Amino acid sequence: MPDIEVSLWRGKADGRYQVYRVPQRDNQTVLDVVTWVQRHADPSLAYRFACRVGMCGSCAMTVNGRPRWTCRTHTAKVIVAGKLEIGPLANLPIIKDLACDLTPFFEKWQRAKGRFEPRLTRRDAAQRVIPTTPARLAADAAIECINCAVCYAACDTVKWNPGYLGPAALNRAWTLLNDERDAGNRQRLAAIAAVGGCHACHSHQSCQQHCPNHLNPTASIAGLKRATMAAYIRGELE
Amino acid sequence: MNLRLYILQRATAALLAPLVLMHLSVILYASGHDLSAAAILGRTRGSVLWGGFYGLFVVAAATHAAIGLRVIAAEWTGLGRRGLEALMWAAFVLLAGLGLLAVAAVVLA
Amino acid sequence: MNAKSNSERRLPNSAGHRRDALWLAALVHRLSGLALAGFLPLHFLALALALKSEAALDGFLRWTANPAVKVAEMGLVFLLTVHLAGGIRLLVLENTPWFGQQQRLAAGALILAGIAAVAFLVRAA
Repeated sequence: MPDIEVSLWRGKADGRYQVYRVPQRDNQTVLDVVTWVQRHADPSLAYRFACRVGMCGSCAMTVNGRPRWTCRTHTAKVIVAGKLEIGPLANLPIIKDLACDLTPFFEKWQRAKGRFEPRLTRRDAAQRVIPTTPARLAADAAIECINCAVCYAACDTVKWNPGYLGPAALNRAWTLLNDERDAGNRQRLAAIAAVGGCHACHSHQSCQQHCPNHLNPTASIAGLKRATMAAYIRGELE
Repeated sequence: MNLRLYILQRATAALLAPLVLMHLSVILYASGHDLSAAAILGRTRGSVLWGGFYGLFVVAAATHAAIGLRVIAAEWTGLGRRGLEALMWAAFVLLAGLGLLAVAAVVLA
Repeated sequence: MNAKSNSERRLPNSAGHRRDALWLAALVHRLSGLALAGFLPLHFLALALALKSEAALDGFLRWTANPAVKVAEMGLVFLLTVHLAGGIRLLVLENTPWFGQQQRLAAGALILAGIAAVAFLVRAA
């Protein structure tokens, strides 16, 4: 197999693509390619990974213009005319090369009140949760988010609207809104109804198209839109 | 975009859907009949129905367009909060003003 | 200090998602709305000619018989229909239980708009 011509982003936001020739192998992933460059061509390359088996989301990068998990992307599927282009995730500050700063992503997670607020204490009996209620089913459909930021990187509304909380934070808020054990939904509704909240979403569905866990933040956000409208009509929201 | 603007945007959209369908029917009817000014004004002059229909259409469309323009400007230009408010209101006043003028022009005798 | 000229300045490429059907549908919806908003004042001013005199409006209507104007009007009918259809898709998406494969609906909106535009041109010709 001929070598792959790999363009890797080097530097920060004012950096540039640098080209490396990487041997192509059978069953090779994009993470394998990045690792090869760091080990054999340039040890100064910065990148992130952890589990390398598609369950942690740490290796998310932009491959040929789309955000993906590099450990779950086979090179054979993405090489175009012998070339590959790899960069850091979009919409986040670049620390160095292929590693970006996820701080804004997690700050927005907190701003959307994506944190569980307990109602009971350890002295109370555990609350029974029936798994087949519509609310629990809605929460379960969106709960498998591992905060990889692929949806955030794919979203143009995030790019165009710096205050927008983003698909992941809002998706998590939706799961908690549907969680009967949670006691924080009044503040959560106010948080996601504020400027930059769910109403900024235009339903491009780039999030849903790119989520490696096949989640659907657009649907969750549509649920939030309905919930906030209903709360407004009931006079519970400004 | 905030909650109030969102609700207004979606509400005017829902209202405009049947109004636009009606308007498209009017356009398709008129385009096949080669109507002159006399023929059109003959139908609209003094008509409470046409005045009411198009008056409502104008106000809904002006609201919907003004909010839409504000959202586009917020995402694609560097306008700040005050600039966006000014743009939205200017667009609404322009569209509603000209629109109601046009309705008056064809309905009032 | 990295002294790069603006022509050499590049950002990491992240526009791959802009080829997706539903993203393009959103763009068409936005651009058609923008175009319609720009057209509306002209439309209103033309109708306000009736305030001057019936003859003034008649003169304008005769101008619109020009084939080039008819093609432009067909474009406007297309824009209005595509914006309406895309808007209905959004209202359904946001307010009814989720269903997949909306690419077909988005494509349907385009086709509907095309049919309306052609129907207009056929009748106007």
